Amino acid sequence: MKIILYIIKKEFKQIFRNKGMLPIIFILPILQLVILSNAATYEIKNITFGYVDLDNTKTSRGLIEKFEASNYFNISNRFSSEKEASNNLLKGAIDAYIYIPNYFERDLQKHKINSVGVYVDAIDGAAAGVINVYITQIIQNYSRTITADFIQVSDAVQKPNIVDSIPLFWYNQTLNYKTFMVPGILVLLVTMITLFLSGMNIVREKEIGTLEQINVTPIKKHQFIIGKLFPFWVIGMGLLTIGLILAKIIFNVPFVGNLVLLYGYTSVYILVVLGMGLFISNFTDTQQQAMFIAWFFIVIFILMSGLFTPIESMPQWAQWLTEFNPIRYFVEIIRMLMLKGSGFMDILPLALKTLAYAVVMNALAVWSYKKTI
Amino acid sequence: MGITLDKISKSYGKIKALSNISFNVKPGELFGLIGPDGAGKTTLFRILTTLLIPDEGVATVAGYDLVKDYKNIRNNVGYMPGKFSLYQDLTIEENLHFFATIFGTTVEENYQIIKDIYVQIEPFKHRRAGKLSGGMKQKLALSCALIHKPKVLFLDEPTTGVDPVSRKEFWEMLKRLQQTGITILVSTPYMDEAALCDRIALIQHGKILEIDSPKMIVKHYPKPLYNVKAHNMYLLINSLNHYEHKHSVYPFGEFIHYTDSRKDFNPDDLKNYLEHENLFHVEIETTTPTIEDTFMELAK
Repeated sequence: MKIILYIIKKEFKQIFRNKGMLPIIFILPILQLVILSNAATYEIKNITFGYVDLDNTKTSRGLIEKFEASNYFNISNRFSSEKEASNNLLKGAIDAYIYIPNYFERDLQKHKINSVGVYVDAIDGAAAGVINVYITQIIQNYSRTITADFIQVSDAVQKPNIVDSIPLFWYNQTLNYKTFMVPGILVLLVTMITLFLSGMNIVREKEIGTLEQINVTPIKKHQFIIGKLFPFWVIGMGLLTIGLILAKIIFNVPFVGNLVLLYGYTSVYILVVLGMGLFISNFTDTQQQAMFIAWFFIVIFILMSGLFTPIESMPQWAQWLTEFNPIRYFVEIIRMLMLKGSGFMDILPLALKTLAYAVVMNALAVWSYKKTI
Repeated sequence: MGITLDKISKSYGKIKALSNISFNVKPGELFGLIGPDGAGKTTLFRILTTLLIPDEGVATVAGYDLVKDYKNIRNNVGYMPGKFSLYQDLTIEENLHFFATIFGTTVEENYQIIKDIYVQIEPFKHRRAGKLSGGMKQKLALSCALIHKPKVLFLDEPTTGVDPVSRKEFWEMLKRLQQTGITILVSTPYMDEAALCDRIALIQHGKILEIDSPKMIVKHYPKPLYNVKAHNMYLLINSLNHYEHKHSVYPFGEFIHYTDSRKDFNPDDLKNYLEHENLFHVEIETTTPTIEDTFMELAK
């Protein structure tokens, strides 16, 4: 025990003496949290929008006004023909345009039905989908108001039966992307920093030759490993704390769940990451190699974690692969805890999987750590 | 309580690093392993310090079997690797305490053993190891290797890259350490240091060439050895190398060490030949062979 404590003390001394490392550990994650959380949003604003209005009536102008009133759209231009609008779309000058045909108002009054053309630049499919939804919403709302205007007394008898759906967004009522993203990005930070640091740490001792000296001492494997990794466990928990405070102060992300549960889960989760770090450092000889391997895994883990793209939309084999992705579990759990207020029994299945992962990963790491060369 | 090796072999893939190494180091002996770079010295050290497992052969260190009792060996040996391998970002004092702690002891408990060496660097004990001079690093490394009172001390090329004054000091320290009864196995590529050992083993290409005391090894030199000198060193070497009866020609400081292949060699014959080759001030005299001469002869 005394030996473990001494190694921990030594590690902390070394971490705090490493002037290049300190800012990487504490400043960069904060910057990342602030920048990424603000930048990583699915909301699409400032859509450059154009229109072709061949009708030139009160009704068609009313529709355009609705677009002008929305803060999602920047009305750039009125085009005289569809060809001109289409050329501008091709050049990338506008993101979308609507086409209002001749006799739009007249036909609408006559037949109670009419259509406008919506054209969206769909190179970025996700963005195009969102733009389409915004445009459709505006047109639908507008059509509801004008339909009411056109309904005449005689028609009142045959009132149309419209089934209206009113969405209620639970757990994130305002559909605030930051509320959704900040917990996930917090997971990234904790994972990245602890994986990189622990992965490079033992390799570093290999590189500078101290490991050879340590290996001829009677020190036990577990003493050395615990002593080496415990400081990074502490750092991981510290990062989570800093991140949670920032999430509250800067982004005002709600925390409706149980804080103790989150810390309890994180303490197990970090063990998985540290086990991976140790495993990587056992199979590499230089910090560079360790860094590359850690990056490789981190990138895959992040992209397949459900943080940016929903796991449900991945192909079946990819969904199956995400079962091996620790970040996925943490992202899911931190969102459950912070936004949904899930309890112990709710997170238990995921937490158990994480625990099993931690046991397997660390067993592999300890087994592959050899005191001989 | 010393070291015994019996037919130790180790290969890295197809490269045979050590083949059939057998020798004994007596308890309390200062034993030198002398050989050029790549001779297998470091591999042998790593085997004896339980970092590597030999392919064949058995060995004991401090009376413990290399494979079965490796844990006991680790408690009883001190190892100073060739490359400086202490924590550069920890101070002298912290390094020392660290190694004392992982050996389950304290600096105070064993201060007596390292006192002699440690007092020299103690004034700088709050300085980080990375900021020390080569000689001081080496003293610190030796202190760390000794702090748990080992029975056997392994020093892998401790003086490589160290200035001559520090080298001399270092060997004086080793001699004093030996007085305390510690068995010391030291490797070095410097032949002059070999003379300071009780016994030495000459090693090359993973094989032991000769084992004996430095004095005896020199006596094994098979031929009379001559110092040859002339006005032009380069011309002299070329001429000697072209001499039909030469056995060996090695430059050695201001002289050329020369041996002849004939039993009834007369130095005057050589002198005549050299003067014939337009060399002036030719001097030829017998000299006593050194360990280096012996090594060159054996390695031939």
